[in-house]
Amino acid sequence: MATRLGMEVSLAVSEAVRLARADVIAAYPITPQTHIVEHLAELVANGDLDAEYIPVESEHSAMSACVGASAAGARSFTATAGQGLELMHEVVYIASSMRLPVVMAVTNRALSAPLSVWGDHSDVMAVRDTGWIQIFVENGQEAVDQVLCGFRIGEDRRVLLPVMVHIDGFHLSHMVEPIEFPSQSEVDDFIPPIDLPYRLDPKKPVTMGDFAPPVVYTEVKWAQEIGLEKSKDVILEVWKEFGARFGRHYRPIETYRCDGCKVLLMTMGSFSETAMTTIDRLQANGEDIGLFRIRLWRPFPYEELRQTVRDADILIVLDRAISFGGPGGPVASEIKAALYPLEKRPKVVGFIGGLGGRDISTTDFEAIVRRGIEIARKGSSREFEIYGVRE
Amino acid sequence: MERKSTLTARLTDEKERFAPGHRACIGCGEALAVRMVCKILGDNVIIVNATGCMEIVSSQYPYTSWTVPWIHTLFENTAAVASGIEAALKVLTRKNRGNFGDVKVVAMAGDGGTADIGLQALSGALERGHNFIYICFDNEAYMNTGVQRSSATPFGATTTTSPAGKKSIGQFSWKKNLPAIAAAHDIPYVATACPSYHRDLALKVQKAMNVKGPSYLHILSVCPTGWRCPTESTIEIGRLAVQTGMFPLYEVENGKHKINVNPEKLKPVTEYLKAQGRFRHLSEADIDRIQQRVNEDWAKLKDLANLEMVPPGAADYGVG
Amino acid sequence: MAKPEDKITWKDVEPGAVVTEPGSACQYKTGDWRSRRPTYEFEKCIKCALCQIFCPEGAIKVNKEGYYEADLYYCKGCGICAKECPTKVITMVEEKE
Repeated sequence: MATRLGMEVSLAVSEAVRLARADVIAAYPITPQTHIVEHLAELVANGDLDAEYIPVESEHSAMSACVGASAAGARSFTATAGQGLELMHEVVYIASSMRLPVVMAVTNRALSAPLSVWGDHSDVMAVRDTGWIQIFVENGQEAVDQVLCGFRIGEDRRVLLPVMVHIDGFHLSHMVEPIEFPSQSEVDDFIPPIDLPYRLDPKKPVTMGDFAPPVVYTEVKWAQEIGLEKSKDVILEVWKEFGARFGRHYRPIETYRCDGCKVLLMTMGSFSETAMTTIDRLQANGEDIGLFRIRLWRPFPYEELRQTVRDADILIVLDRAISFGGPGGPVASEIKAALYPLEKRPKVVGFIGGLGGRDISTTDFEAIVRRGIEIARKGSSREFEIYGVRE
Repeated sequence: MERKSTLTARLTDEKERFAPGHRACIGCGEALAVRMVCKILGDNVIIVNATGCMEIVSSQYPYTSWTVPWIHTLFENTAAVASGIEAALKVLTRKNRGNFGDVKVVAMAGDGGTADIGLQALSGALERGHNFIYICFDNEAYMNTGVQRSSATPFGATTTTSPAGKKSIGQFSWKKNLPAIAAAHDIPYVATACPSYHRDLALKVQKAMNVKGPSYLHILSVCPTGWRCPTESTIEIGRLAVQTGMFPLYEVENGKHKINVNPEKLKPVTEYLKAQGRFRHLSEADIDRIQQRVNEDWAKLKDLANLEMVPPGAADYGVG
Repeated sequence: MAKPEDKITWKDVEPGAVVTEPGSACQYKTGDWRSRRPTYEFEKCIKCALCQIFCPEGAIKVNKEGYYEADLYYCKGCGICAKECPTKVITMVEEKE
């Protein structure tokens, strides 16, 4: 029987990890995810979660310990943000290329310099290429649900990939929200015990982590790519089952009142809910503007994206990160690339906004939409614009 | 001496756990050390290997020289990966999802992967008290990438990033004392070893296997390629390292130092240095400086070992 | 038996490029590397096994007569055995092949 509680989202994430019966937690504190590892420490200390809690000495070691634990056949979890994600960067590649399921909650945080503990998507954009399954959530319920799904998806023998759940730092991680927690028996039913095909076990020795000379590296990498692409089938399958069991349905692209709209706004992460309020207001005024959000960031949902924008003339993308000296908005550039092969496609206008924890209000969203429509009609002297910078 | 003859029997066991066909250089002291260690470790281990000579020569896809479970990920995180595996084995056993109570996790890394880039992870793992053995195979430079200096390179050695020249003596700093650093973490067992003293090495690996908690072994790995000495001299040079005091063999067991090979009089370091091309450029004054430092360090070690010294001249476990 | 590297297709790769055949590298003939080979005067051999203990390759095995002899499939000709043998059983000679 599910329990509905008001809880800070970070703590709810820890509760989800407890329900998933994680075996090994590698913990290193960094704002704004610290509450996650703190609460997990409490749960282990009080015997509420039977796991080995490794207080590692850096994020690089946190991901390394998770990789080791997963290779030995244990369910492992860690959490990080911003600089921590950067520090573990090379190990992030290792987890996915060695096909070791790990679930990691990332409370998205801006990158130094200058130092900023506040939320934006710079950290996640820096790990686009790493080969992990990556899912964005917009509220506390989704955070809990996707952590649970992450274990189920990643450990599936058809997938065998690590999963990142992206939770906006402070904006989401530190909010107290109403969350419905499934019961332990419901979760046990949904997430089977971990049973990886290869593990470090003297009874059946394997070698993990050979080096690959040029003659064979390409084949290994292609096998990895196909593995990630194919994981989408399993993700959809698991989300369908989750919906049937718990009544909450998840899709790679979540649409909001956008059927037939000529102008579309695209967001990712928690400010999508503010965007939804803005759309309500605009549509109440008779404006033909809808919203969609990318939930499944990797593997990228080409099909769903192209389907969603088929009727639109203008697509305004709000990125919460900046790729310097180039495309500006990473998501906007990926969307442009994804739509490029289509005969009919909307004009894509990209904005950067909300960096380093700056709020985007409904008024801001409205202004962005207006300016976006103007640029679509009249062009701009820039490749992309930043919203809200004081000149 | 029953225990020792059992160890010799294991060292001469025909089953090669570090399989021949590996691509180590001709005369490689490190491959020999790994081979010996694996024979004593047996099959009930999980090996975590850093990037380095031994990893490269043994694991070219799709082949492997390893007959036990083995994982390589990166260069500097060996102790961290080992920590994760050790924790996993513990919790899996506790939750009755396997019985790994007797399985030992063994981390293997070179001097670069330990003293430099891997020091943080090593320190963390030792401090947390994981039940594992960390073995540093020390060939005194980043050999796999072509002989660059590490903090374990001895003073005066020429390497590609500390080359001897008109304005340089070669390596400008003294070898970082890793066994002391490990011992400073108050772990149950620390030891130095050298394949030239094979029974001593085997005994130490055996002891480490029986420790509950972290143990650290530092094994001198003579590298004919990087040290510029003849391929057949690997064992002889290792012996000289010990006999000159350049690489003393000792243990720190629960904080107490014990010297295992205690020559009545140390051979002059010049015998060791002149046998290797990497020291060829050193002047008599340089060699004197090294001799002085070795004498000081040896005196300090003897002080630490205090009353637990092996009587001088006795129990020299090496042959020759 | 692992496929030769240039015949491996992406579908052949196990997840994570895991190698499941322990010790498969023993197929590689390191004996091709050597420029010297060991020759033996076994009548001097006292079967101390030191050569076997000190061989970096693990190439030395007990032959039919009970003496320690290098397997030339693997022997790289380093000469450690010859140097360390206490009774000078082994002499390294130029490899002609």
